[in-house]
Amino acid sequence: MIPACPLAALPRGEALRVETDPPIAVFHTEDGELYAVDDTCTHQDASLADGWLEGCEVECPLHASRFDLRTGRVDAPPAKLPVRTHQVVVQDETVYIVPSDLPPNLPPGVRTGSA
Amino acid sequence: MKSVAIVGASLAGLSTARALRAQGFGGRLTIVGAEPHRPYDRPPLSKEFLAGQMTTADLALEGDGEDLDADWRLGVAATRLEQGRSLRIALADGSAVEADGVVIATGAVARTLGGDLGGVHTLRTIEDAATLRADLDAARRLVVIGAGFIGAEVACVARTLGLDVTIVEAAPAPFARALGPEMGAALAGLHEDHGVRLICGAAVRGLTGEGRVDGVLLEDGRRLDADVVLVGIGARPVVEWLDGSGVRVGDGVVCDTGGATSMPGVVAVGDCAAWFDPALGAHLRVEHWTGAARRPATAARTLLSGGAAVPDTLAPPYLWSDQYGMRVQFAGHTLPGDEVSVEEGDLASRRFLAVYRREGRTVAVLGVDQPRSFTRWRRRVNEPAGAR
Ligand SMILES: Cc1cc2nc3c(=O)[nH]c(=O)nc-3n(C[C@H](O)[C@H](O)[C@H](O)COP(=O)(O)OP(=O)(O)OC[C@H]3O[C@@H](n4cnc5c(N)ncnc54)[C@H](O)[C@@H]3O)c2cc1C
Ligand code: FES
Repeated sequence: MIPACPLAALPRGEALRVETDPPIAVFHTEDGELYAVDDTCTHQDASLADGWLEGCEVECPLHASRFDLRTGRVDAPPAKLPVRTHQVVVQDETVYIVPSDLPPNLPPGVRTGSA
Repeated sequence: MKSVAIVGASLAGLSTARALRAQGFGGRLTIVGAEPHRPYDRPPLSKEFLAGQMTTADLALEGDGEDLDADWRLGVAATRLEQGRSLRIALADGSAVEADGVVIATGAVARTLGGDLGGVHTLRTIEDAATLRADLDAARRLVVIGAGFIGAEVACVARTLGLDVTIVEAAPAPFARALGPEMGAALAGLHEDHGVRLICGAAVRGLTGEGRVDGVLLEDGRRLDADVVLVGIGARPVVEWLDGSGVRVGDGVVCDTGGATSMPGVVAVGDCAAWFDPALGAHLRVEHWTGAARRPATAARTLLSGGAAVPDTLAPPYLWSDQYGMRVQFAGHTLPGDEVSVEEGDLASRRFLAVYRREGRTVAVLGVDQPRSFTRWRRRVNEPAGAR
């Protein structure tokens, strides 16, 4: 489990980037749900934490692909591949991420530090 | 509507095909494309593809296994549109396609300076990008004519390849047409920081060389040595094939806010189309990726409803550009006289967010390396004055 931030530091409607490798974006929706996905868009190199959060969807800040935060599914192109999702746990008022052990769908030209 | 023909098999054509199917169109769909390729993405041609960080396969716009149940007629251009009992499109190979509805998505081509000297390039297609890259690999000095986004991006890539780069621009500042002179001048510094020579307010008289270009001659008598020249002086809409069809054409195909042309059953989308923009009170041809990807959903509704559908509110034009790792984003449309103010960051650090206002209303937003605040500001463009 990776600590992301105190719950109080992530108000509803906000997002935060955690500098893991690859980085992870954590979202707090207006409805009070918390979701985590890989921060890098699967289309090109843009940070989804900088995107527009609406309901359970984030719109990429660069070319407006939309991803469902619950499943990572692409709801609007140009992205073709889903974004990897991670589990979020809140303990003692702190947000933690349980990183997925599936491979990420990083865009062309973007590599992780270890690969 | 039983059949639709889409002319132009690139971003706008593909996006319209997807929208038609998503909106329940189950009839015959034909897609005619002059290029031999499946639809591919152009923005990387001046960025990652030119730099060698993306392959041809990465440019594909279609998803793996995507099937639109369409008849693709690739590698053949449409030459004429005629209206009889149905609409008829004549193709260059002598065949024809008949359909009840037609989508014009023939895009734009790069403007040229004429002449046939070797080493002189424009950049619009995958072949253009490949030959430009091969020439850059063998060259020492690049001169870019025109300080627009494509020229500036090629200049960036050429710098990373170690070339000596000069950009020549006739206007007093780069990017002035898109961003206005003030912000254009602010971005000029970004290029100078990276060792690009920028010569503004200088008109080009001609190119020199025999068989192959060796220099660029300016009106003031200066001569710039060049092994490769990129002509980046804009693009013109591809509309000649509509001559005699009766479809109204100005700077591009003239459309209403829903994409309908002057001819019933015919819509136009993407770089070839000038939709009426209510926020501006004028027709505006938009040459950016997002418009070519998103407006087709509206145009498809217009076509399928026979023009009865109420068009969606037109999103303001949006463009992005990558320069030296900086992400430039711009939404809206600026006119001379707009007031510009820097709201976040500062010009000196080259990371800032600037807002353009006209009569108190936000009409455009520019972000340089400010993706998060740009995401928010962008949504305020064209809101009524005083809404926030
Ligand atoms: C190098 C480059 C970089 C760019 N970078 C950016 C960027 O960073 N950001 C941004 O917002 N936008 C960018 N753009 C613009 C963006 O790519 C265009 O807005 C987009 O491609 C428009 O799509 P379109 O389908 O309307 O037209 P096009 O992509 O021009 O496609 C039109 C297609 O129609 C075909 N055609 C033409 N005539 C006929 C005919 N008679 N019959 C059949 N087919 C025909 C053409 O061969 C072509 O394949 C860039 C463009 C280029 C060239
Ligand atoms: S980078 Fe996210 S949609 Fe292109």
